[in-house]
This record gives sequence, structure tokens and C-alpha cells, in this order.
Amino acid sequence: MASLVGSRVERKEDKRFLTGKGRYTADINLVNQTYAIFVRSPHARASIKKINIDKALKSPGVVSILTGKEIADDKIGGLIAGWAIRSEDGTEMKCPGNPPLAKDNVNFVGDPVAVVIAESLAEAKEAAEKVEVDYKVLKAVTSTADAMNGDTIHEGIDKNLCFDWLLGDRQKVKEAFDKADKVISIDIINNRLIPNAMEPRACVADYNAASEEITLYTTSQNPHLSRLIMSAFGNVAPEHKLRVVAPDVGGGFGSKINVYNEDIVCSWAAKKINRAIKWVAERSESFLTDIHGRDHVTHAELAVTKDGKFLGFKNETIANLGAYARVFGTVTPTYLFGPCATGVYEIPAAYTNVKAVYTNTAPVDAYRGAGRPEATYTIERLVEKASMELGIDKTELRIKNFPTAFPFKQTLVHTVDSGDYVAGMEKAKQMADYKGFEARRKESEAKGKLRGIGVTSYFEACGIAPSAAVMSLGCGVGLWESAEVRFNPTGQVTVYTGSHSHGQSHQTTFAQIAADELGVPIENIDIVHGDTDKGTFGMGTYGSRSLAVGGIAIVNACKKIVEKGKRVTAKMLEANPEDVEFKDGEFIVSKSNKKKTIGEVAFACYLPGVRDEMKSPLPEGDEPGLKETSFYDPSNFSFPAGTHIAEVEIDPETGHVKLEKYTACDDFGRIINPMVVEGQVHGGLAQGIGQALYENAEYDETGQLMTGSYMDYTMPRADNFPEFNIGYTCTHATTNPLGVKGCGEAGAIAAPPTVMNAVIDALGGQEVTMPATAEKVWKACKNLKKSNAKAA
Amino acid sequence: MGKISLEVNGRKVEKEAPDNTLLSTFLREHLQLTGTHIGCDTSQCGACVVHVDGNSLKSCTALAADINGSKVTTIEGLETNGKMHPMQEAFKKLHGLQCGFCTPGMVMSAVDLLQKNKKPSDTEIRDWLEGNICRCTGYQNIVAAVKEAATKM
Repeated sequence: MASLVGSRVERKEDKRFLTGKGRYTADINLVNQTYAIFVRSPHARASIKKINIDKALKSPGVVSILTGKEIADDKIGGLIAGWAIRSEDGTEMKCPGNPPLAKDNVNFVGDPVAVVIAESLAEAKEAAEKVEVDYKVLKAVTSTADAMNGDTIHEGIDKNLCFDWLLGDRQKVKEAFDKADKVISIDIINNRLIPNAMEPRACVADYNAASEEITLYTTSQNPHLSRLIMSAFGNVAPEHKLRVVAPDVGGGFGSKINVYNEDIVCSWAAKKINRAIKWVAERSESFLTDIHGRDHVTHAELAVTKDGKFLGFKNETIANLGAYARVFGTVTPTYLFGPCATGVYEIPAAYTNVKAVYTNTAPVDAYRGAGRPEATYTIERLVEKASMELGIDKTELRIKNFPTAFPFKQTLVHTVDSGDYVAGMEKAKQMADYKGFEARRKESEAKGKLRGIGVTSYFEACGIAPSAAVMSLGCGVGLWESAEVRFNPTGQVTVYTGSHSHGQSHQTTFAQIAADELGVPIENIDIVHGDTDKGTFGMGTYGSRSLAVGGIAIVNACKKIVEKGKRVTAKMLEANPEDVEFKDGEFIVSKSNKKKTIGEVAFACYLPGVRDEMKSPLPEGDEPGLKETSFYDPSNFSFPAGTHIAEVEIDPETGHVKLEKYTACDDFGRIINPMVVEGQVHGGLAQGIGQALYENAEYDETGQLMTGSYMDYTMPRADNFPEFNIGYTCTHATTNPLGVKGCGEAGAIAAPPTVMNAVIDALGGQEVTMPATAEKVWKACKNLKKSNAKAA
Repeated sequence: MGKISLEVNGRKVEKEAPDNTLLSTFLREHLQLTGTHIGCDTSQCGACVVHVDGNSLKSCTALAADINGSKVTTIEGLETNGKMHPMQEAFKKLHGLQCGFCTPGMVMSAVDLLQKNKKPSDTEIRDWLEGNICRCTGYQNIVAAVKEAATKM
């Protein structure tokens, strides 16, 4: 039987999406449902003096109006930060309460203060307009860089500082810098982004008074985790009385990891009014209240010798958490960021210091790449600058500092099991025709254009997160994954995974894996996820963990099935279990022609007993049935890596940046489905290039979001991109049985520095902040003209 | 309230609906044709594109009452006798979709492109799809799928 792993298998999920039969949360309508509209703060920072709902209650169709007072009276808990971070001085991080409906204070535009529930959506909207909230407006803090000097947002949290965290050794770094021939320094702004999954968030909550059970349909990347948080911290219902279903979910990119205010409020309120409640975000609500990403201000320095060896690295970053610390809010700028800050290089001494600050802006949390794009942007901009200042070719300088052997004990935390960074660099250069660049630059010059080339070599820590590793770092939560493989008596297989697909293709790729492990045709395998009532508790999908953690759980559960199958076959065929081999769906007794198919074994496991033989096929000690579960906790992170090269052409008359060529050469370890991996790379690149050239979330000084719609926030369109040139090198991960590493975030991590390095190269080394809009680039072109004129 | 009469996916439908009902709302809420998606509130994203009298239209930009009497085709009406349209087939073959949310609008828009330009270039395809936002695919496989469909239509 040909192996499916490694093949371009078309997706099992596509037909329903292509024919309009997908079932997203907003498509769900329950009998007798009501509609919720949230009344949100129009101010970035204010205290609530009074809420008057009298007029609104008289509005037609209103069923109920609930405020922060009722939710507090019912002791419903707030939203939480999932990871505890300790400051350099040993103190614990400081997190404010984040009630699902604000009671006393609002802290960003969009912070919900009340929910209006009515018979129709139009009636709910009309009544919401009549809710009168009397605010005392306070001075907002919006700037990341100046947040520590602003008014105190949350009582008792001085300087608006959540934590002041250090990873690394300041003294060693000082000594390294003392020995340096040269210090390259850089100031960086990693611009705030809005994830913008195309499906706006939504939820439908239902209460069954007979079973006293709440069912919540919601746009989540991790329904089990959502249920746990809503139950343990939200106090909405005990877990066995709360079912969370994340049906088809239209993209997540990290923005749908969090439990949101609306999930808790609608679940709680559905029980209160004993009716189903539906809420669907308008896009403007998504802009205001979905978590945002990035938003760092960084000063970094690299100590080098004159021949280009890296000696030391320091990174001082201020990370904006927004108004509240949410589930991945505190871990994103620390453990997902700091350990990757030294990139793919051997740097003997390094530290990363992060001051995480609160501001009156939407909460900032994990967005595709989460911490690793920020880390990669800093080091790769710095290395590129070093190449310019030292006059060493940018690819040679990188190669000079690559690790020479694997496992590579990286400076700060990680031990990278496998990789070949030189091979990746050489292949990328070849794919991009790096040698031919100078000729192309001259051609552009002849047309009056400026051409630049930019390089990035990256690695990322994926497959989050091995319990042992994260516990040793002191951040408390390990993230394993579960799988349950169930044979039906007639031989088809259902695989339940705790992972979740919102575009990643689990239904296909996970079925490929199970098909190979079990020797069952792929059409007889179903992958089930997204419902806490179906399958075992699991952690969900983020941090490129689905395959590297969830996929391995499936492999391990399948292996247990095969082991049991061997025992059963041995009993059935009167052989020793050690003599039974499994291949392509058949259990074969070695050195004989005796065999059983896995289907026959499954049937025997469920319907034991052959009439005339008067005996059970089940060995002593084995129970009937054929179903196995695995909880897989990885021994280490996985470490995809690669080199990307971009070429841009700038029109100095308009400042327009045209991305001419983009080459990505990645090492994702073993590839399960090349078609799916390509898609993941393309999508990641589009978001990374979006950050570099188009996207920016901007607040004014009063805390109003200036980029709150698709009219103002530039979403990349089809005509913004060239055809991407994609290739791979492959070293298998040694820490998991599939040899896989993860591919979902690579593009978003590598593309921003790659593109910006090219833009800055074209501009003769002038710094430009992301996004490199025509206006900024045009101004830089004017400066370039002036300095060239002076030189002449 | 007024009576909306349309031919949707080859079937005559007549429903009472408030005068301010958008075509997108009418399709989703009154006819339960939830394949047409709503991704924004400013007519930018294109997830709601359907065909009205043969031309692609963002269904959030029209009142159902304003197109009374028209023929509407939604993503649900693109199959013939259970067989997917060549555009749907091409999207599947070339992985032109991931989460599937923008897909109905993207497919309907692309079908209209090929009605108007049988052999579009890459640039023409990218320009035409400027009104359809996809956050998952980076558009490359969508462009490839449209080219593939052009050879089959």
C-alpha cells in the first residue's frame, strides 16, 4: 500500500466549503432564540457613574438587559491571563480584574458595559441605543513607549507595569560588549496588527433546563480549553454541565484562542433567561475587541568582532499588553519571544529584558507567530545592519555565525535538535538568483528605480509546549495533546483529536497519518474535533502545535491499537504475539501464511466468539472493544527554520514599493501533505508581507482606534503579491516519531524582516518603520536624493 | 414589509420581508442559504458575492426589494446534478481555500470573471479579485485555481 504521508491528497473538507454547506457559528439558529447586542464604551478610559436602562427596557421586543452589577452579583468570574510571569526582582506579575461586563471602570474603546437581549436583532440594536451610560472620562494612556509615565490605569499597578522580566545574564553580556570591536544598535517599532480572521467572532448559547446544561457554540480555536476557563475561572457552570462546540471556524490566527466577554455573558445570560441567545460580531466590533498582535518598542544591540563574529546581544523591549492581560498575553512577549531573540546564531552572551505595560487599547495577545515574529524582526534587522556597517555580504555574515553542529544549544533556553542552516541558505540563494541581483539592481537604476534585496534566516520554537520545558521556565502550564482512535466493529475508524482545524486541514492530514498507521483506506477514516461532548479533553490549535503535538498523539494511539491487534491476532491464530507483524493493514504471523486484516481483528474485538471454536479471540487481560487513547506531551519544542529572500523595486517619484520576488526556503522536517504546507506558507507570507508593507493598527492619543474598518486598515489583496517562490530543505525532527516540525507560522515570522531589509537596502540603509507605506518611503527617497547630491 | 419575489438557484421564492432587508440578510435569514457569508460591514470583503441576473454583486450592497423579480445564483446553486462547477473543482484540486469563509464569494466572483474574460492573465485575475479578501491563502492558489478553471470552462 502506497504511503499517504508525503502525498498531495486533496482535502476532505473542501466539498462542503465549496458548495455552501459549511456550518459556521453564525449559520446556527436555534428554536426560540433571542439576539444579543453589547453596549460598549465609546471612551478609552472612564469610570462608570451610572447606567440607566429604564428607557431601553421599554423598547419593543426587549427580553432582558444585564450589566456589570448583575454579573458581579452572580459571582461570574472575569477573563484571565493564562501564564504567570515573574519579574527580574522576583515579584509576581500584576494583573487587574477583567470582568466580562465592566462595572466600575472601562479601559478601552469597545469594553462592554451591558448586554441587551431582544426578540430580534433589529429590536436589540434599537434598545441598545437607549441604554444611557454616564461616564466620567479620564485621561487615556495609549503610547507603548510612554505607558510607564502615564496615569495609573489599574489601581495598585504602578507605572502600568505588569512585569519587568529578564532572560539571560546581564554581567556576561557586559563582558562580551567590553571585548567587542564594534557595537551595532537599532531601535525598532514592531507595529500593532489586527488578526482579521474573515469570519467575525460569534456565539450562540443555549440552556437546557431539564438537564441543567449550557451549550455554547462559539468561534474558538480550542473548545476544551474555553470550557475549562469558563468553568474554573468564569464560574459559568461546572464542566460537565457546559458543552462548548466550535463548529467550522473561519480562520483564527490566534485571535480565537481567548475566551471572550461575549462567550461568558451569553452563556450566563442564556441560563438566566432560559432562552437561547445569538450574538454575531459586526466587523467594527472585531476591530475593536478581538485581541490585537505585536506592538513592541525595542532597543537592541549586537557586539561584533571586526571580522563579523557575534559576541553579545542585548534586547530591551517594551511590550504593550493593552487594557488587560489575556490568555496568551503575558507569555507571548516573554517565553515565546525571549528565547528566540538570538535567532539562528551562536552568540555566547545574550539577554532579553521585557517591560510589559498596560494601555487603554484592546488587549494584545497571540497573533500568528506570537513573539517569534517580534524576536526575528529584531535580530534580523540588526544582523542586516551589521552587514552594512561591517561591509560583509549579508549571507556570508549569517553563515559565519550559524551553529556548526546539531543539537545546537542556543544561547538563552532552547536546544535545537536538528537543522542545516547552511544548506537552507545556499538553496535559498540559488532559488532567488542571489548572484544575479547586482545586474538587476543596475537594470532598475537605468529605469530610475531603486532596487533592494533583503535576507532573513529564522528559526522558531513550535509545537508548544512541552510540560517539562515550560515548567522548568517557571510558567506553570504544559500543553500536551490528546487523541482517541476508535474502530467501529465493521472496520471504519473515527479519530477524535483535542486539536482544532480552522483552515489547517486536519480532516485530511490527520486522516493521512491514521491511514498509514492503521492501513485503513482514508475514506474510511473520519477526524472529529471541535466539540467537548465528542472526544477527550484537549488543548487546541495554536503555536504550530496541531501536527507536532496533536499528530503525534494520533500516531501513539494508533500504535496502541496495533499492539492490541497483535495480541488478538496471536490468540486467534494460535501464535506468539512477538511473532505477529503488522504491515499495510494486515497482521501476519511471521514465517507462515496465516494472517488477519485489521478489519477482522476489529470485528473480533467487538463481537468476540466464533460459534464452533467455543473460545474468545480476546487474550486474557484484554477487554473487548478496539479503542485507544493517547495523551502526548512532547519532550521538546520543534524547531522549523529557513532562509527567505525578498527583492523590491521602489519608484522614488511615488514611494510605491513593489515586491518583485519573494523566495522562501524552509525546513519543516517531514511533510505530511505538500499541498497543505504550501498553502500554509503562502498564507503566512501574506500576513508577514502585510505587516511590512500595508497593515497597521493605530490609536489616537484619546484612545480612539483610527483603523477600525477595512476602509482604514489595509488588508492585503490579491494584487499586492507576486507569485511566491517556495522550496524546502529537510532535516527530520529527532524528538517525535513523525520527524515533523510545524509550518503554520513561518511565513508570518520571516517575511517582515525579509521585506524590510530589502526596502532599507533599496533606500541605502535608511531606517523606515513598518508598514513601509508610499508616504514614508517617498520621504526617505527625498532624503536619499539630498544626501546623494551632497556627496556629489 | 413588502413582498420579495425572486428566482433563487432556479426556484421561485416569495417572502414577506422588511423593506430595509439586505439581499445578504434575505438569503441567509429568510431562505436559510447560509453559504453566502457576511465578513464585514463596509462592503469590502466580498464574502457575500452572488450573481444577480448573471453578474456578480456583493449581496450586502443591495436591498432585496431593489432587485425584485431578478434571478439570483448563490454558491449553493453552482452545482449541476450534484456535480461541482469547474471553478469549485479547481479550487479543490489546487487548494484555493483553507478556512472556507471567503470561499463562496471568491468562487462566485471568479466565475463571473471567466464569463467576461475567458482567458485572463495572472494580473487580470489578481485585479478582478481585488474586492475579495482572503486571510488564509495568500491568494496564490486561488489565482492558480481560476487559471485551471479557465481551461475547463
